[in-house]
Amino acid sequence: MSPALAVRGLAKRFGSVEALKGVDLEVGEGELVGLLGPNGAGKSTLVKIAVGLVRPSAGTAQVAGAPAGSRDARAALGYLAELFRFPGWYTADEVLDLHQRLAGSRGGEAERKRLLELVALSDAADRRVDGMSKGMQQRLGVAQALVGEPRVLLLDEPTSALDPVGRRTVRLLLEQMRDRGVSVLLNSHLLSEIELVCDRVAILLGGEVVAAGTPHELSKPRGVELETDEGVRRIDGATREDAPRLVAEAVAAGRQVYGVHVLTSTLEDTYLEAVGGETD
Amino acid sequence: MSSVAVIVEYGFREAVRRRVFAVVLLLTALFLFLFYLANHFVFDQLQTITPPRDVNVDTRTFAGAFLTGLAMFATLFLGVVLAVFLTLGTVSGDAERGLLQPLVVRPVGRSTLLLSRFLGAAGVCVAYVLVVYFGAMTITGLTGHWWPDVIVWPGLELAGGVIIVIALSLLGSVVLSSTANGIAVFMLFGGGLVAGLLASIGHALNSHAITHASTIAAWALPFEALYQDALRMITENASGLTGFLLQLGPFGGAYVHGWEIRVWSVAYLVAIGALALWAFSRRNL
Repeated sequence: MSPALAVRGLAKRFGSVEALKGVDLEVGEGELVGLLGPNGAGKSTLVKIAVGLVRPSAGTAQVAGAPAGSRDARAALGYLAELFRFPGWYTADEVLDLHQRLAGSRGGEAERKRLLELVALSDAADRRVDGMSKGMQQRLGVAQALVGEPRVLLLDEPTSALDPVGRRTVRLLLEQMRDRGVSVLLNSHLLSEIELVCDRVAILLGGEVVAAGTPHELSKPRGVELETDEGVRRIDGATREDAPRLVAEAVAAGRQVYGVHVLTSTLEDTYLEAVGGETD
Repeated sequence: MSSVAVIVEYGFREAVRRRVFAVVLLLTALFLFLFYLANHFVFDQLQTITPPRDVNVDTRTFAGAFLTGLAMFATLFLGVVLAVFLTLGTVSGDAERGLLQPLVVRPVGRSTLLLSRFLGAAGVCVAYVLVVYFGAMTITGLTGHWWPDVIVWPGLELAGGVIIVIALSLLGSVVLSSTANGIAVFMLFGGGLVAGLLASIGHALNSHAITHASTIAAWALPFEALYQDALRMITENASGLTGFLLQLGPFGGAYVHGWEIRVWSVAYLVAIGALALWAFSRRNL
């Protein structure tokens, strides 16, 4: 089976600006991949190419085996743009109904009800979009992306306007989608969020992937901390494999060992190292 | 329901919510009322006007054709206003506001989306133009007992002119911002009207240069040529001094007319539509 999303040598130039410089990326079936990078790194451009909003200058992008932008590719995906708006005069239910009809979904009222419930908007089904908070609109946007049970979800900053409770709702929703076999490409600035839910992470900088792997692979050993009756001692360069030996040596030396901690870098450390401390 | 119907309905609801219809219908009601008053007073006064004995002018035909021509100009203008406001932000405007992206990524496709917006706007504008055209003609017919020589074709040509403006506005919406597009389309419309007047002046002065320039403008902007042809048809059978005077006026002359311009208009519409679809298919959103 073809990967949910496959990007090969993807490049995009806007005039003199090279937004993407030959990016390779793959999202497997039922995989949740996080895309990280500072503003201007090319994350949104990559997602826009994948959904067919932007034409690549070089390279290919395929969604569910179909060329990005083709009818088959669009039929297989659900998308939430970073900057989007629904017509203010539509109710939440009408927005979903519109997208059901455009997506050819036969889910009807039951699907709309289920989706609104998933994003905690059941009580707002008849509320007009222009009467909703930004967070509610973003949750409605997530529900809209799920219309028609897409095989691939591409979400560009889906939690940027959400409060912690809303973020948790979306995070649980993403995990639920992954459990159902839906593939997700999540573009977000929120490192903790990515670390919590993503199977793999790709870090983009200046239009190139500078680091990629599972959150575990990306974390680097930073030593072992040994807590004994003499206090806390940090052994730099030591790894998880060294821990039993270090404990044995301490005990042999007559020390009382109270605890041992294997230290690894967080995704944040890796990210900052990868982007060289570059900020927006 | 097909995707086309969904998008047409979407555009219609958008127009209703933005009060486009409310504004245009209000202006139309005001226009038709003033037009009725104009007809009432003109034809009332007409009975007291007697041309000089040696001047053989059919005053009723002259007044009826002049008033109907005026109404056709207003109909075209209001139709163009409606067309432009329905379509000026279809691509760039909606993309800037983030309304377009969620729709474009759906399986409907860009060409269906643009075509549906065109059909929606065209349906509304054609219905509007025909209602106002026949309404104004009926007012003149019932008030002044004067009816155009050709009744249906001029209305269809006016509607055709508005359809061309819709296509131009949609093309503009792909490549220009909403404001720039609105200005560009109204400037084209104004340019076309000036070219039409220029043609009348050129023929009256027998100036080859002016008529040549106006002919080029008529082919370049066929909505104007269709409007002129529609004007020509309402007094197609007027002859003698009456016909001559009507040809001289702003609401009577047509120097590019007939099936050639109608066929050209269809080809022009297809070309503009194809260009808009091509440009939209390549547009980054």
